[in-house]
Amino acid sequence: MLAVTSAPRIASNKRTVVDARRQQFAKTRHAPEEYPHRLNFYLVPPAGDIALEQFEEWAIARLKVLGELESCQFRNKTPAETDEHMKPVLDKYMRLSSNASRSGEVQDERKRDHYSHWTLRLAFSSTPDLRQRFARLETQLLKLRMASDDARERRAFIDSLSMSWETLSEEEKITWLDQLKAATNLKRDEEESWFKVAWEKVPELVERRQCLLKRGVAYVHVREQQTMVINEFSRQLETGLELAARNLPRMDEDNRLSPILHHLSQSFVAPDAGYSESSSIGDITTPTAAAIDGLSQHFPLCMQNLHRELRKNSHLKHFGRLQYTLFLKGIGLSLQECILFWRKSFKLIADDKFKSDYLYNIRHAYGDVGGDSNRRGRGYTPYSCQKLLTEPAPSAGQTHGCPYRTYNPDNLLSLLQSVGVSDRTLLQGVKEDVGKQRYHIACNRVFDYAHKAQIKKVKDEGLWSASELDLVLHPNAYFKRSFLLKNLGKVKAGDLGVDGAFGVSSGGAGEKMEE
Amino acid sequence: MEDSDMTDAPAAPLGNEEEEQVTDLPTPQDATAGASTKLEDMFGDDSDDDDDEFSSSAPARPAASSQPDPQSAPAPSKPRYAEPDTLRQFYSRLFPFRPLFQWLNHSPTPQPDFQNREFAFVLPGGAYIRYQSFASADLFRKQCIQMTPERFEIGPQYSINPRDRKTLRKASAFRPVMKELVFDIDMTDYDPIRTCCSGAAICPKCWQFITMAIKVVDAALREDFGFQHILWVYSGRRGAHAWISDKRAREMDDTKRRALANYLVLVSGNEQGKKTGIKRPLHPHIDRSLKILNPYFQTDVLADQDPWHSAERAEKLLALLPDKTLTTALQKKWDSSPNRSSNQKWSDIDTVAEAGNLSATFTAKQLVEAKQDIRLEYTYPRLDAEVSKKLNHLLKSPFVVHPGTGRVCVPIDTRSLEDFDPFSVPTVTQLLQEIDAWDAEHVGMTEEDRAKVQDWQRTSLKPYVEYFRGYVAGLLKAESAAGKRGREEEGVAGSESMEF
Repeated sequence: MLAVTSAPRIASNKRTVVDARRQQFAKTRHAPEEYPHRLNFYLVPPAGDIALEQFEEWAIARLKVLGELESCQFRNKTPAETDEHMKPVLDKYMRLSSNASRSGEVQDERKRDHYSHWTLRLAFSSTPDLRQRFARLETQLLKLRMASDDARERRAFIDSLSMSWETLSEEEKITWLDQLKAATNLKRDEEESWFKVAWEKVPELVERRQCLLKRGVAYVHVREQQTMVINEFSRQLETGLELAARNLPRMDEDNRLSPILHHLSQSFVAPDAGYSESSSIGDITTPTAAAIDGLSQHFPLCMQNLHRELRKNSHLKHFGRLQYTLFLKGIGLSLQECILFWRKSFKLIADDKFKSDYLYNIRHAYGDVGGDSNRRGRGYTPYSCQKLLTEPAPSAGQTHGCPYRTYNPDNLLSLLQSVGVSDRTLLQGVKEDVGKQRYHIACNRVFDYAHKAQIKKVKDEGLWSASELDLVLHPNAYFKRSFLLKNLGKVKAGDLGVDGAFGVSSGGAGEKMEE
Repeated sequence: MEDSDMTDAPAAPLGNEEEEQVTDLPTPQDATAGASTKLEDMFGDDSDDDDDEFSSSAPARPAASSQPDPQSAPAPSKPRYAEPDTLRQFYSRLFPFRPLFQWLNHSPTPQPDFQNREFAFVLPGGAYIRYQSFASADLFRKQCIQMTPERFEIGPQYSINPRDRKTLRKASAFRPVMKELVFDIDMTDYDPIRTCCSGAAICPKCWQFITMAIKVVDAALREDFGFQHILWVYSGRRGAHAWISDKRAREMDDTKRRALANYLVLVSGNEQGKKTGIKRPLHPHIDRSLKILNPYFQTDVLADQDPWHSAERAEKLLALLPDKTLTTALQKKWDSSPNRSSNQKWSDIDTVAEAGNLSATFTAKQLVEAKQDIRLEYTYPRLDAEVSKKLNHLLKSPFVVHPGTGRVCVPIDTRSLEDFDPFSVPTVTQLLQEIDAWDAEHVGMTEEDRAKVQDWQRTSLKPYVEYFRGYVAGLLKAESAAGKRGREEEGVAGSESMEF
């Protein structure tokens, strides 16, 4: 018997017509897509025409959403926090209204969602790494949207999928009620409803013994249904991406799409909070070596700690020096000022020794010396929170790293108190975060507390958008935001002089500057 | 591990010299053509496709002198079992190649299930050759007789013939596609809880652990997963293997195998006392297992193993009880009257607890649960789960000779599981003697009548081979019924698609 596939590979209305001349001016013959559900499994690629700009714009919007989603993950946000964070982002870039909303935009929104998914699918199919990340994020996005979907519409969407499950009859339910309850660990307030599926479909549940098995059939509680839908989605997306990867070489001939796709996939490569030039305050004012003491009130705990250690011992060990130098470079301190700063700070060290032991490192960090690539890259980039949180912990005598991570909780609390954070509930919160290893959350908590009034002000007056108040993930971003918040109004009015501003904003710093 | 003989070597082709040599060895056909008349006699009835696969080789039998001396017991330093001569006789006269072929092939006529299947040979010199495959049962038999492997292992069916794997342009096209689901239970995993023996040694007392394990795993495989074709095999020394041949089981990928293995794993052998928390209410599988195991706990663990008799062993028990007040009270009681048996100590827990020696926070229910946990720890099967998790894991074939003990890895009939005695399993030397003894007894028989009784039927291997043949017949029947159904469905689909 010849193996003949039961369905034609390409639907008859979408087959390419061979006569190109006639085709060129013919009307598109596909039926316009309809989207009965808010959610989409993206099984059918779009077949309509869109403008090249739309192709790119929609994809960029989706990319933005996925990027935010990934950063939530990197920040260890809980599902609730992620949900909260993503809500404005989704509304802004990829609003999807429910059927109930009766919005006229519904079909357009869904079309955008559909097309952008397929564009990105193409863009991220090139390497296994990208494929994996894309599949993971899309799956999360679906999960997120599913959770926010209206219960009835979600039901309708799930029912529309051709998954081979069967609801348990009353009779079966009564026969095995006790076993069903025990196997699926039913809570008292959960509905008594199960469905049947071949056990091979739910290996994760079998592995954790969270379903009842009878002769190869798994009895699964309905609460798992969503997980199964999501797993199925992820499975299908992964195979779809493989398929796209195989067809990608053909795209090379298209010189309109491939640059867009290439660019899209590039912008997905570095998601972690990198240092951005805008974290420097160089455009507002020119920080000097003498101003650091005053500015240090805006520093995150990791840098404040280094600053205090430096003032206490007039010395810092290598990695502390490196971390601090890069941070200072990041806030806009020039190389000359930076050398001056260190020279003055190391006051117990003779000039000769400073020159031979320390100067080179500072210049190297600024890219003033060293190999060609170091100089061309203008030295190292200031460390991000992720870097500080993942590098090896400091050993005895070293003070670099993130204090939320490296200090034991009691020492951390006394350190916080010594820099003026003494609110009891806040400290309790910090302690909890640190216990759960959510160090950056703790740091952000302290930030929010220290700038409570200002944050309220910018929020109330609508001065800053929500995205300007998202989680801080970089010591330099912390500094910049703190600096701006504490100098609200002055920045806009252009009142910030070289030194004067600091004198106004903190009296103590002004005095120090006289020394 | 020595008993289970698994290799986790990558499925990718190995470019090793030794293996290369073996692949280049004359094929069995060459060997026959190579004019050894004796061999030709042996394989004279190759073309016959009837059931008479072990035609009596009596006429062509090598001289009796080459057989091991019946009187000399095998010296432990140098076991006689692994001698090529003994093995050659074993393979040519006793090994049930045809049922083994059918078992792996799932059909009477050779198909890729068998032909693309990997066999790995362990030769008497210790060489290990992988990726052997055979077009038919007879070719397989010929190579066994020629190379006399100490033992051989069975691997998966590959996407192409394993012997051709190097001819592929892309290495990824060579991948395992199907294998029986396998389990390995090894007595060494029980060392933390058995008191009678340790290491490679076993005795009837600790064999009970294997019996319990087989019961629990077998019940779960049948009732929970619906598998029907489960073959349990004695591993030759101190453990048992299971081979599940259901189509659904054979076609499972690694994820499913891992899921299934972890479903069954509760207690691991290497980390004493480290259990994955057992949730309440008990999962029906655990609950059923506990019901099966309870009687064994009383007789085989408490009475026979007596695991907490001495003071330091009793500490293990105390460590498993989570309530401080209770353990202190028990400690005091046992200090004052040493030499209490495990059985007494076990009931002491309840007596002491009833006497009010429980912390306020510790409820009677928690005590019941703690005792359940202990029972599970001391009875629940300890699987070597890694064996089951990989599609391309090799496992020692049934009916081969264990090189250390000389015992044949015979199937275990689960219907009379309790009667299975690993010490009465015949050794290869014993079997060969039995043939001689039978021959001596039946001197009066005509040559023709003698030929009707095949060699294996003259020995104590007979019941095992018969059980295996019955088991394989059942498998083939189910397989051909399923095949017919599948073809019909295909036919329907085919006629539909003809429209296009």
